[in-house]
Amino acid sequence: MESIGVLMMCPMSSYLENELEKRFNLLRFWTCPEKSVFLESHRNSIRAVVGNASAGADAQLINDLPKLEIVSSFSVGLDKIDLGKCKEKGIRVTNTPDVLTEDVADLAIGLILALLRRLCECDRYVRSGKWKQGDFQLTTKFSGKSVGIIGLGRIGTAIAKRAQAFSCPINYYSRTVKPDVAYKYYPTVVDLAQNSDILVVACPLTDQTRHIVDRQVMDALGAKGVLINIGRGPHVDEQELVKALTEGRLGGAALDVFEHEPHVPEELFGLENVVLLPHVGSGTVETRNAMADLVVRNLEAHFSGKSLLTPVV
Amino acid sequence: MTESSDPPLVLIHRPPSLTFMDETLSREFRTLITDTSSESLPSFLSRHASSARAFVVVGRLPVTEELLSHLPSLQILVCTSVGIDHIDLAACKRRDLVITNAGNAFSDDVADCAVGLLLSVLRRIPAADRYVRSGNWAKFGDFQLGSKVCSKKVFVVVTGKIGSFVAKRLESFGCIISYNSRSQKQSSSYRYYPDILSLAADNDVLVLCCSLTDETHHIVNREVMESLGKDGVIVNVGRGGLIDEKEMVKCLVEGVIGGAGLDVFENEPAVPEELFGLDNVVLSPHLAVATSGSLDNVAEIGLANLRAFFSNRPLLSPVQLD
Repeated sequence: MESIGVLMMCPMSSYLENELEKRFNLLRFWTCPEKSVFLESHRNSIRAVVGNASAGADAQLINDLPKLEIVSSFSVGLDKIDLGKCKEKGIRVTNTPDVLTEDVADLAIGLILALLRRLCECDRYVRSGKWKQGDFQLTTKFSGKSVGIIGLGRIGTAIAKRAQAFSCPINYYSRTVKPDVAYKYYPTVVDLAQNSDILVVACPLTDQTRHIVDRQVMDALGAKGVLINIGRGPHVDEQELVKALTEGRLGGAALDVFEHEPHVPEELFGLENVVLLPHVGSGTVETRNAMADLVVRNLEAHFSGKSLLTPVV
Repeated sequence: MTESSDPPLVLIHRPPSLTFMDETLSREFRTLITDTSSESLPSFLSRHASSARAFVVVGRLPVTEELLSHLPSLQILVCTSVGIDHIDLAACKRRDLVITNAGNAFSDDVADCAVGLLLSVLRRIPAADRYVRSGNWAKFGDFQLGSKVCSKKVFVVVTGKIGSFVAKRLESFGCIISYNSRSQKQSSSYRYYPDILSLAADNDVLVLCCSLTDETHHIVNREVMESLGKDGVIVNVGRGGLIDEKEMVKCLVEGVIGGAGLDVFENEPAVPEELFGLDNVVLSPHLAVATSGSLDNVAEIGLANLRAFFSNRPLLSPVQLD
């Protein structure tokens, strides 16, 4: 397999780079200065693309690579891949589901606790020496608050399971009612927001879910409600979010993802009622390595004619 | 209430900012708040409080034998905290005083705080938040990876109910929980260890939520931290004195242990400054109990204990003095 060209779109895991390099002809896209020249000269050897949540395979790239057979994404979300184009051309697509579910759900609860209990703010308070001048303000209880989840898939379900251990009533929105769960279903996101203290975005990003949290949803959540986003940045209308937070119409937000990451609206940097993370939902050593193994095993399976482990297309 | 038509006198001893008991208690009792603005506490107590049978101690103000000597009629001490290491318990025992604490009022909040600190340390939440706010994400790219919570082995050091609250929460994350108990219980599904060194060696995380006594003082010393090891994490929502803080600072700086989430410190509000520059610690200003909801709970429990006391009914949350 050493002659098979595998194009890696951006740095995502040094472990993955090593594992790919052992098996394939690994091409690091981010290291080449002239992208079009590079693609032109390797167009006949690149048979696989490895992308992630920030760079995948769009229509342009797919057109530029006539020998492309498979896109293996180091992520569960596939919003950076033109799935329609892949289907049309018979290009296989794989992702890394399941292995990151627990981590993302853990982080969602971590964000809720950090936001309500002001853990980041408290940490700043102690480190700056302010504690000696007086006690910190009271914070907000988490246990027992109602949690509304947008998207009750693998990750949404894992979040619900954790929140239940904090005695939280669980509500959810999804396209259809899930007959086998006891959580309360709301047919619109506005209804869900209105009836929840904490709103968590946990659905895939598609044309239908872009800006699923808009101004109307934020106002329904209200000045005592908080928004948690561990999905994708474009799920939330970020401009409206900044306004809602600075105008006090929304109680707080804890965000792992942003519309134009790694760029984060600077208006958020000074706010105490936000927690801002650099897209680390699956960011643990154990999980990133498991994701890398899954990318490699999918590529190996494909090029040795076996069935894919986690095919999407 | 007892014989007289006048409501009984309840003395409230509190820091100026902690007013959350005042209104609840004044609805049913004659309350007197200790006022040291113009005279010393002993002189105030002698002049105004010699007939007081009930003494409410808010927060962690110390109660010494000397202070108690100015309250000759005292029978009950109502504390608003769970831990009562700020009270001279031996003196209380000699005087045959009964003591009540906050009971379960804080258990949810303390357990939430413990889990929050644990997630914050393992997933580096405050450090990652600093990274984004300082603009470093856009400048330098991806943040360092954290450590997986699921399947971590967590030992919870407890004396009260809080341990089972922490255990219940952490189980939902897929953590493997064990905790101490005076004796190995048949019914408990959690693993039992006879001594702290073996449990430290066998676990990834220690969560301390027990009270501070002579027995538990510095229960986590250098030896325990060495057993816990370089990836081990300590979460302390009990009392600062449970850990040998000087040694802990050294262990964190030298990488003997992996990290710590601390809500309490040995000499708070003083915190060892060596910790301020470390990314593997999360620091919190003794706030595990401090949500607005839990203060309402504690006021209700204090009120219920006083009602029971003045009508000779069993107390809600008495503290057993050994």
